[in-house]
Amino acid sequence: MISLAARDIVHGWGKFVFTGVGLGLLIGVTLIMAGVYRGMVDDGKALLDNSGADLWVVQQDTLGPYAEPSSVRDDTWRRLRTTPGVARAANVTYLTMQLATSAGEVRAMVVGVPPGEIVAPGWPPFLVAGRHITRSHYEAVADLASGARLGDVLKIRRHRYTVVGLTRRMVSASGDPMVFIPLRDAQEAQFLKDNDAVRETRRRNAADPAFDRPGVPGLLAAIDEAQGANPWVNAVLVTLQPGASATDVAQAIRRWTRLTVYTRGSMEAILVGKLIATSARQIGMFLVILGVVSATIVAFIIYTLTMDKLREIAVLKLIGTRNRTIAAMILQQAIALGLIGLVTGRIAATWAAPAFPKYVLLVPQDTLAALCIVIAICVLASLVAIRIALAVDPAEAIGG
Amino acid sequence: MSGAGIRIEGLRKRYGSGDTAVDALKQVDMSVAPGEVVGLIGPSGSGKSTLLKCLGAVIEPTAGRMMLGEHTIYDDGWRVRDLRALRRDRIGFVFQAPYLIPFLDVTDNVALPPMLAGVPNAEARRRALGLLDALEVRHRAAAMPAQLSGGEQQRVAIARGLVNRPPVILADEPTAPLDSARALAVIRILNEMARRYRTAVIVVTHDEKIIPTFARIYHIRDGVTQEERGEGRSIG
Ligand SMILES: Nc1ncnc2c1ncn2[C@@H]1O[C@H](COP(=O)(O)OP(=O)(O)O)[C@@H](O)[C@H]1O
Ligand SMILES: [Mg+2]
Repeated sequence: MISLAARDIVHGWGKFVFTGVGLGLLIGVTLIMAGVYRGMVDDGKALLDNSGADLWVVQQDTLGPYAEPSSVRDDTWRRLRTTPGVARAANVTYLTMQLATSAGEVRAMVVGVPPGEIVAPGWPPFLVAGRHITRSHYEAVADLASGARLGDVLKIRRHRYTVVGLTRRMVSASGDPMVFIPLRDAQEAQFLKDNDAVRETRRRNAADPAFDRPGVPGLLAAIDEAQGANPWVNAVLVTLQPGASATDVAQAIRRWTRLTVYTRGSMEAILVGKLIATSARQIGMFLVILGVVSATIVAFIIYTLTMDKLREIAVLKLIGTRNRTIAAMILQQAIALGLIGLVTGRIAATWAAPAFPKYVLLVPQDTLAALCIVIAICVLASLVAIRIALAVDPAEAIGG
Repeated sequence: MSGAGIRIEGLRKRYGSGDTAVDALKQVDMSVAPGEVVGLIGPSGSGKSTLLKCLGAVIEPTAGRMMLGEHTIYDDGWRVRDLRALRRDRIGFVFQAPYLIPFLDVTDNVALPPMLAGVPNAEARRRALGLLDALEVRHRAAAMPAQLSGGEQQRVAIARGLVNRPPVILADEPTAPLDSARALAVIRILNEMARRYRTAVIVVTHDEKIIPTFARIYHIRDGVTQEERGEGRSIG
């Protein structure tokens, strides 16, 4: 026996290829949407991996530092360093902002790290060019995705920073490139007021009778100093000594300090389960809609192709074709259409992915899942056409 | 004759029931010997298509008897279990329009019935080519139906009807779309094939051009058949 479906497809290949490609573009969009979600998860994991931390110590009862604001005193790290099992502890600040590069304006996550200590957690694990920050002020290491190049000058708030090193795939959980600057500068950038505001605060302090103590010289200056300084960071990143248990050390830190501690696993759960959860649901909704649209298209096409063949189907039945054979013909055509669509879609998605501003990660599991869903959709979509075909009366071939 | 060919006795067919019932066939008696081609002629609505559908086992008669070849297929009820296989193996159909499968080439259109019966593709195609040869369309074996002329299509359709060597061919106005020369050619082919393969052929027709070629004719009026001697004019 020959394959009726294959012969029909070869005979009417134009129809099949065009609908297949159209369906493929839809599937391509679907794969891209899935890839956007995978990219978001991967960005989150890259953020955690690249930080090099084993534990994140943040303000009590917050989901910081990525999913919620968090403030921790900038001397906390000294105490954490002495906790048994801790290898290193380092302050870090995160601030997402617009900044100007020579290539134009870019949205970036400015990360404050203690300069000099190149193995400190929070530091980019490797550079693609240049060197790490060594001075305490006005140097920056930027991610390639920011468009910055070595020697560029970045303007962050009131200060200018020279790019001395470049990284790759150092991104925030929302995919914005990172720019590393010295911790002190970053702390200042977070709280920096304009000159008028500073002068105004000083004027108010001077006029405040509570601070006007002739017997206590230097009080006013100390208050001005305290108000102008920023002793806070967003988190302390901790690495563990070899063999130390993350949960045990986290437990010890929680007992010693009034701080919240996250392990790598719980941090990932926050990023994936909370930070990008709404986006993921949004994408899920799109996937559902695209699935329904694809199913409708396949159903419509298969229905039309079958309606065009009712006469032939009646003749096939009259000359003794089994219902099974006719149903198989329709089903195989639907699946063939789906496969053409899937192949086209995968190619289109691979081709289009780099053009998207955010990271689009196409994983084989998604293609495999798409394959199963496409086949399920095609089977469902062909049911209507199969019902119609099976209802065709072979007597119709003889006519009136 | 000895039981071969087609024999129909007292066949009746009623569509519907009650007030709206239509007695499409009231009294049909016919016999066609192996190798014989008979004409079935009657005005519109007289029951010709209904008779072909009963013989073709796609609708069930109401009463009577039908025998194809040596087999009684209907005797106040079907006597065969698998009507689909009966149609496939024992009846060849030729329609007014050729109704070829547009996505199969000429060879596979003709080879399809044996393939459906489980004959290996190569053997089915060999049989098909043999018939295409006999019907003088072998040179179009690789063409698609849409590329053929009307006469060629009809010959391919006849080949498809004959390929399983059925004892019976039912032809429903096979010459309607053809001009006189081609119509006569189709009848000549049916006669030749009937003789060569010992097939009993019923040709339903209105076609004045071909009526004189039948040696025997059945007239059907209001569901009642009547046998008549035809001119039996030979076709050159
Ligand atoms: N499916 C049907 N249901 C009810 N009546 C039918 C049906 N098919 C045919 N008839 C009736 O049976 C009679 C014979 O029809 P038909 O066999 O088609 O005649 P012909 O082919 O000679 O024109 C007509 O009166 C027609 O209206
Ligand atoms: Mg009719």
